[in-house]
Order: sequence, then C-alpha cells, then structure tokens
Amino acid sequence: MARYAFVYNVERCNGCFSCFLACKDEFTGNCHRPTGAATAEGINLLKVNEVEYGTGSKVKVDYVHSICQQCANPACMAKYPDQVYKRADGIVIIDPEKAKGNKNLVNACPYGAIVWNEEAQLPQKCTMCAHMLDAGEKVTRCSECCPNQAVIFGDLEDPNSDISKYVAEYADELEQLHPEYGTGPAHYYRRLPKPFICGEVVCADTDACCAGAKVTCTCIECGKVIETVTDFLGDFEVRGLPTNKFFKVKIEAEGYKTAELEVRTMAAVNLGEIFLDKA
Amino acid sequence: MEKVFTNLTTGGPISVYVEDGKITRIRPLQVPEEEYPKPWTIEDRTGKKYSPPKAMRISQNILTERNRLYSDNRILYPMKRVDWDPKGNRNPQNRGKSGYERISWDEAATLIADEINRVSTVDKNGKRDGHAITAITSSHHNWGVVGYKMAPFGRFFGMLNYTPILDNPDSWEGWMWGAPHMYGFYWRLGQPEQFDLLPDAFKNTDMIVFWSNDPDSTHGIYSGQESNIWRVWLKEMGMKCVFVDPFYNYTNAVMDGTWFAPRPGTDTALAAGIIYTWFEDDTYDHDYVERKTIGIDKFRAYIMGEEDGIPKTPEWAAEKTGIPARRIRALAKEWASKRVALAGGVRGGEGSACRTAYGTEEARMLIALAAMQGFGKPGVSIWGTTMGAPADYTWFPGYAEPDSQMGKTPAATHKLANAGDVKQRLYRLTFPDAIINGEDAFIGEGFCGKSIEQQFVKHEYPIEGRVKLFWRYGGSFFGTMTDTNKWAKMYQNDGPYALECVINQDCWFGGEAKYADIILPACTNLERNDMGEWSVGGGYTTHAEIGNNWRVLVREQKCVEPLGESKSDYEIFTLVAEKLGLKDLYTEGKDENQWAEEIWNLSEISKRCSWEEFNEKGYYIIPVPEDYEPHPAFRWYYEDRDCDTEDYLNPKIKAEKNMNTRIPTEHSKELGTWSGKLEFESQSLLGLSPDDDERPPVPHYIPSWEGHETDLYKKYPLQIISPHPRFSFHTHYDHHASWLNEVPVHRVVKDGYAYWPARINPKDAAERNIQNGDLIELYNDRGSVVCIAVVTYRVPVGVMHSYGCSAKYDPVLPVPGATDKGGCVNILTSGRMLSKNAPGMAPNSCLIECRKWEG
Repeated sequence: MARYAFVYNVERCNGCFSCFLACKDEFTGNCHRPTGAATAEGINLLKVNEVEYGTGSKVKVDYVHSICQQCANPACMAKYPDQVYKRADGIVIIDPEKAKGNKNLVNACPYGAIVWNEEAQLPQKCTMCAHMLDAGEKVTRCSECCPNQAVIFGDLEDPNSDISKYVAEYADELEQLHPEYGTGPAHYYRRLPKPFICGEVVCADTDACCAGAKVTCTCIECGKVIETVTDFLGDFEVRGLPTNKFFKVKIEAEGYKTAELEVRTMAAVNLGEIFLDKA
Repeated sequence: MEKVFTNLTTGGPISVYVEDGKITRIRPLQVPEEEYPKPWTIEDRTGKKYSPPKAMRISQNILTERNRLYSDNRILYPMKRVDWDPKGNRNPQNRGKSGYERISWDEAATLIADEINRVSTVDKNGKRDGHAITAITSSHHNWGVVGYKMAPFGRFFGMLNYTPILDNPDSWEGWMWGAPHMYGFYWRLGQPEQFDLLPDAFKNTDMIVFWSNDPDSTHGIYSGQESNIWRVWLKEMGMKCVFVDPFYNYTNAVMDGTWFAPRPGTDTALAAGIIYTWFEDDTYDHDYVERKTIGIDKFRAYIMGEEDGIPKTPEWAAEKTGIPARRIRALAKEWASKRVALAGGVRGGEGSACRTAYGTEEARMLIALAAMQGFGKPGVSIWGTTMGAPADYTWFPGYAEPDSQMGKTPAATHKLANAGDVKQRLYRLTFPDAIINGEDAFIGEGFCGKSIEQQFVKHEYPIEGRVKLFWRYGGSFFGTMTDTNKWAKMYQNDGPYALECVINQDCWFGGEAKYADIILPACTNLERNDMGEWSVGGGYTTHAEIGNNWRVLVREQKCVEPLGESKSDYEIFTLVAEKLGLKDLYTEGKDENQWAEEIWNLSEISKRCSWEEFNEKGYYIIPVPEDYEPHPAFRWYYEDRDCDTEDYLNPKIKAEKNMNTRIPTEHSKELGTWSGKLEFESQSLLGLSPDDDERPPVPHYIPSWEGHETDLYKKYPLQIISPHPRFSFHTHYDHHASWLNEVPVHRVVKDGYAYWPARINPKDAAERNIQNGDLIELYNDRGSVVCIAVVTYRVPVGVMHSYGCSAKYDPVLPVPGATDKGGCVNILTSGRMLSKNAPGMAPNSCLIECRKWEG
C-alpha cells in the first residue's frame, strides 16, 4: 500500500504562502466528503509560521509548516477511534459526520493541527487532498503550487517516488517534529531553524575586514567541534546548533592574536565586531 | 457538473473550475505532462544541467482569484452620487462624503453621453473636439490583448479626441530619466536588455549583487514565480549573493545573502565609494573603458575629488550610508576580483532606490559599476535574475503592442486611438494640481520611449481649454502615487476649475471609487472572453516571455457570467458609444471574440496553431527551437559586433518585430546614446541641459531633498521606504481578496480590522514605547496614516518599511488630510519630482515620525 507524506525543505521555502492560499482555495466553501468538509474564512488546515531570528544586521527568516503530521499512531484516533480513521494509504481522516460537535478533538492532537470550525461545529484538519488522490491526481494543492519545490509530496513506500529518493539522499539532514510524542509523524523537515553563532572579524590595526580567519566553535558540553572560515567581509556564521548549550568560539588569523569567546546558544548569537590585535 | 476553463492573469495562466455557474477552484494551468514540449537545458560551469519543471509557477495572489471575484467589495450595479445633479447643483465638495443610488445601465450610459456631448463639440465633418474630456487608467485592471486598457479604453477615448493624461514610469523612474543618458535603451524606457543572461550567469558569474531588488516578491513583474527556481539553483550551486537594500528583503532571506543596508537615498554614495576603491587600486577594466566608453576622466575627477575637493572614499561613503568603510572597501575589492552580475532591479533596472530624490544618479551610478568591470563580458551584466531564459522569439501580440491594440491594430479599419489631435497633455503626478490650479507645466512624455530628446518636450496646460469631465478607470491611486491627499483635494475642489463630472469604472470599490459622480461596474477577465500571452506586454519591453520557463498563449475563456450587472470594459464603452451614435464606428461590428481571433491571426503563431485549435484547447505552448543559440545581452557591445539580440525596437539594427529582417547599419555596433558609446559623461545631458546641477552630465551623489542631511530630519527622524508589495500587485488583490489578510504579514487583523503593517527597528520602537502588534500613527506635515507595528531587525535603526500599494483608503473623516486607517502610506510621501528636470516620483525619500495610535 502507500504511505503518503510531505518533506518540507525549509532551506528552499521563501514564504510565498502559495501552499497556504491553495489550501484555502481548495477547502473554503468547498465540501469534499467523505474525506473532508468545507472550511470557512479564518480556518486554515495548513499554517505556515514565519520564524525570524538573529539580531542587528545578521537576521534569518525561515518558514515552518504547521500541519497534520499523518501519524502512524495518531493521538486523535487513539482518543476518538469512532470519529477518526486511518486509510490504507496512511492518511488520517476525521469523519466529518461522526466527529460533528466534538470540539474536544482539537485538544487531542499534540501538534495542534486540528482546528475548530465553529459555524459547522466541526473539528477539521489536513486531508492531504485525499479527494484529489482518490480521483486519480498525483499532487496535493499545496505541493502543486510550490515555486521553489520546497514542498515535496509522495509515497514513502514507493522507492522510486521523488519523496523516497529525497529522503534517502538527505537522510542526515532530515528531522521530524517531536518524535518524542511517539505518534510516528509521517512528514520530514530539512534544516529547521536552529540557533546560530555569527560575527564580524576585524583587524584592529588596519580596521580592515579580516578575511580567511579560521573560526572554531566547540561545544563545551558535548565536545562537538564546528569549523568555518570568515568570508571577504570578515563575516562568519555557524548554523544548525543545539539550543541552550555553551560554546567556545576561537578565532585565529595569521599575524594576529587569537581571540576566544564563550557564548550560550539561545535563538541566535550575533557577536558583532570582533577586533583582532596584531600579534 | 464541473467544467474547467482556461484564463490568464497578471501573475500567470490558470485553470478555472466551475460548478453550477460558480467558480469553485483556481489552479495553475493544468497541462498534462506529455503535452509539454522539450524544455530548455542550461549548464553551470561544472557541467551540471538544469531544466525547468513541467509546471506553471503562478504568483501566489492569483490563488485568491475566486476569493477576489466574489468579494464583498465588488461593484455590482451602476450608481450615481445622490447629490450630483447634472442639471442643477453638482456638489463636488461632497465627493467622498455623500451616498449613492442605483441606476440602470441605460440611465448611466445616457447620463454619460449627455455629459460628453455637453462638454464637447462636433463639427460639420463629424470631428469631435473633446479636449474637456480626460481619462486615465491604472495598471493591470485586467489581463488580455482585447480587454486590457490600451484596447477598449484607447479606442474609445481616441474616438472622443480627449486630453490624455500621461503615465509616469512609476516602477523605474530613475532608470527612465537617468539611464538613457548613459547607455541608451530609451526604447526600453531605460531598462537594459536581458536576453540569455540566465545561461550566462550559470556559466560565468561568480557573484550576484542584488541592488534594491527583491525578485521573489516582485516576480519579474508578470512572470509569476517562474524564476524562483533559478535562484534556488544558484543558491544551491554556492553563488555568493550580496543584497543592497535598507530592507532585509524576502529574496535576501531565502538566498541567505549578505546584507548591506544603506540609509535610504544614499545608494549612490555607496556606489561611489566602491568606484573610488577601484580607481585607487587600479582594478577596473581599462581595456573596456577605453574601447567602449567616453568621459572616464571627468568621472574620475568627480570620484577622486578633483572636481569638488571631496574624494568619494569609502570613509566618505560610510558617513553617508551608515555602512562601515571597511565593508565598502572589502566589497569593492571582492567585486573587482570576480565576475559580478549586478541585479539592479527586477528586470535589470528598477527598485525602490531609483524612486528616491535624484534617482537618476542611482541608476547611472549602477551602470557605472557594471561598465567599469566590463559590462557585457561573460558573467558581467546587469541582470535582475528574473529574465533571460531561452525562448522561441516569434512575435506574438502583447497588450502594449500597437499592432495588437484594437485602437491601432491592422485588424481595425478605423485606427481610432490615433484619431486625436488635441495637443494639450496632463501628467498623472501633477494632475490634481492642474485641476485645482487650472494650469500646469511639465516636461517629458512620461514614457519617453521614442528618443532621449523626448524627455525635454515642454508641456503646458491648458492649450485647447480646461478639462471638465474625468473618467477614472481601474484601481486606486491613493496607495500608489505620491502626496496622495491631493487626489482627495482635487475631487472635492469646488473652485473655479472644479471637475464637473467624475466617472469611475472598476471591478471593486478601491479607495478612489467613492469619489466619483457615476460608478460603473466592470467585470474581471474571468467573466469575459479574451486571449493573451503570459507575461508579455510587448511595447517597450520586447520579449518579456524570457522571464518564463515556458511560452504560454492562453485563450481567456468566460468562466462565469459577470456578477451583478457588471460588464466587460469593451461592452461598457460600446454602450456609451451607442448613446453617442458611434457604436458602429467603435465596434466595427465585432465582439470580443472576433477581435481576439483577428489579432491572433496577425501572428505567425497562427500558422502553427490555428485559431480553431487554440480556441478549442485553451492554450498553446511554444517550444524552444532545437537549435537554439544564446546571444547574451550586451555581449555584442563588449565584443564590438553588430547587435545580435532580439531587441527589435533598437533603431540601430533596423529590425522587424519578427526579426525576419535585420539590416545592419554603420551604427549597429553602437548604443543608443548620442555618442553611441557608454557615456560616463553624458553627451545628451551636456547638449540638452548642461547647467542642470541636479542631473549633471557626470553622475553625482546629491544629498536627498528629504533625507538625513536636511533640517526636516530633526523634526521627522525616521526615513520610510514604501517599495512594491509582496502579496498583492499595484492596488490589486489587496483589500478585495480577504484571504490575504490571513497571510502574515500582508495585513494584520486586530479587533476585526485588517491593518496595513509598518516595519520598525526594535530600538526605534522601544524609544517610542511601541510593541509588536501595536497600532501606530505614521505622520508628517503632509498627513497621517494608521498602521500596525511589526518590530523587526529587518529594517535598520532610523528606517521604516511599509509597502506602497494599499487598495484601501479609509480616512477617519471624509476630508483631505484626515488620518487614514487603510494604510495608504503614500499620503505621507512628497509630490516633489526626482529633480527639476527629471519628472519622476520619489516616494522613498520621505521623513516621518511615528507614535502609538490611541484611536
């Protein structure tokens, strides 16, 4: 059988919200029974969260899709087995007839992916456009519209599908949201926003940008070492760091005294200008 | 029963799903995979090959077409202002205040025809003197060769012999009024050609400097999101990207580029500081400069300070721009050591920085940056990153192409758009002043695409006589022009030159509609028949299809009946023409389908795909020729060859639009400047305005007339920029497509009201006790606007950002100068032109203060 899933490539997503608007277009006022019911204005089955982090001139903007994770062991189904079912292709469906009036279903999802349609008295969530797949389509509305191919849809069980190939190729860089919930989410995310350390290295004697300086970030707690080199502006950044860890940042440039700083990774650490004294 | 129709929009081709006469869904044009022709393939320097996906990447706002079409803001019936009495008191002072009553189409058309007849005369030969009638469109009310403004509007008003209002080039002012004096291309309105720069960049470019350019937001204008994937590929191949913009823009964010944020209005100083370093280090392309340019000595004298005693060092530039000198110097050195594509605007030359005081100097200084490093050399270009894909260049009519406008086309017996002989002109930017004062004087022809000299044509108003009837067509100007309170003042003016009759024809109630005496409901292009090519306007931007991965011609099918009593623009003008006894002349007996078919048949494409086939299928995709050979823009110039690009309007190659003939002349190797070379010292400016110290022959940094070096800065210490928007287009989609209000942060809904966002740096916000999500009042001596605060590091200290294009104008009191809650930040911008001889608008030179809004 199939196991439909999405990969969200955060690195490629530019926050155009095409997926979000396509989803609205598919469901607002459009009934797709038996798999889905119409939504109304203000009800979004897919949310895209803009995450802005960093300070000063070193800013990052990323987008994270918040959506039903089509779990293998859905918490919603465990709690309301008569109202939620899982199809053979892995898509989890809230039965729009049986779940009518059950606002508690909204709280059953640890991912917060179920929304309440007050007017229709319905708990609703992403159906992966099951009605389209059932009609023979190969895409969901959101994946169809993505100009950056940041939303990849397909069948994880089919080794030849684009998504399976992608998951195989980038296995090291993929994550799932909150695996600790134990519900077995289907979707993968590549390069979720993580803390970063950045700075601008300056030669104190000449006030010139210090290009080519070696920057070594060492995690004081786990010993992990990440190296990088400053660019032509003396800028460096180290991305994808764990949250709330202490790091030692060592900056070495030929002919200059080595600088060492200690930082704690919260959202992002902009060390600003770091002046290296002549050796 | 579901039916699927095809249609075309400003942001791409769509399939429209209809059930029981109602649109249910809008998807990118659905083309079965096997129907796509063979795609183009380009290669990077490692030999890796790239081909576009078999999909149509439309703009995101297009996905709201259904939402917008059924918007509560649709104008559904003809209406008349209750206290406008054409036989008695017209009460102009009540425009924007009093209500409306529904009237029939017959009443509306009769009223208008009577007004037209009242203010104009017809001589015994049937020739009308319509000088008292004036009219203007906004951009992109609709898409389609038959229905776009040039067609029904141009034909109708040409027939009436009216007083035209000239458009200003509102997206690329500095390039229009500056660039032709340096490198020609006046036939492209100052924008550089972009042919084949995509494969060139992949193969040869080392670094891209995006200068005041956010292509992921502005979409190559009409190319939807087709070019996004190119930039994704560039990023993934490791292309170094630098972004120069006071706003950390969306393309910067996704490309993860290095951000340079000059103070608004100081881009020219930053460029001068870079160029100083090149002179100092002697790291510019001497061979090119000697062979292909003139005036370098004068330019050098300015940059090095021999002219004015001020060397334009990085330290000098640092003081102006707020960017540390070492970073300017490092950028200059890196630039000189690499092959750099300068992305100076979405189609090469545009961007908010050219819409500042002395924006001509910004455009020219960017051209100088490219020229000093061998502009035209492989990898060295001015390339907006949104155009330059391989394409078949067979001509197909675009809306701005004279041959495809129903007023001028060979398909028409009577070329009515050419019929007028009224000499007087009005200018969009000064139109309200001309009405209020009863007179105006300005220079230039707005879009000066015929010659450099056209920029100096003098206009005076009135010549034949003052205008009395104003017909406004399309979206609101409150959000897009400058100092826009003056539009409200003009409408309510009851002085001696008051407008006697104002007609507004639009699909939606935008900010301006309720200032009319008669409101006419137009339908959208989903409710009428038409045809067109994706992204191709024709006219001054020849072959804009190179912004797309696929050349797509679409039969625009009427998907549903027009809502309410709305009608197509062509039908509206036909109705009024009928009351004037001019219906047969106006229509020549043709309906929209007949015009479409006849214009289709003008193109050679009709030999490959018949009208019948096209009509049946709904689209036709033109394949790229198998033997396609790239001819990159400007390469011919660099290599001293005759121009070999498809730039058929280039007068020096004497080409036809199908490029079937191309007659080389002794000038075919030249640029369109007076000397034929790239001019650091402009010969046309020397010749035509030698004493102009605001656009001198050599490009200069000139402190803004409203910037950080003026006295006003003490009173209003925040500089606001208002670039083109990300989630809407001109004043379209915003306000009418309510779904967009849920996109963060197109608008932000607070207490049930969708406010327009304004971005402010955390330090500036803290000093004013402003929190994210607070309502804030932006104000200066010109007016005040309520926005919702977005506190962010994406703007530096001292700078605010708020897109200029709110469709909603919602003054708290119906009088000019009242605080607007709709978000028209252009109420705050100055009406002053770029400079005394460069009549473009400069909304990004604007000083304000802001404070919490307590209501």
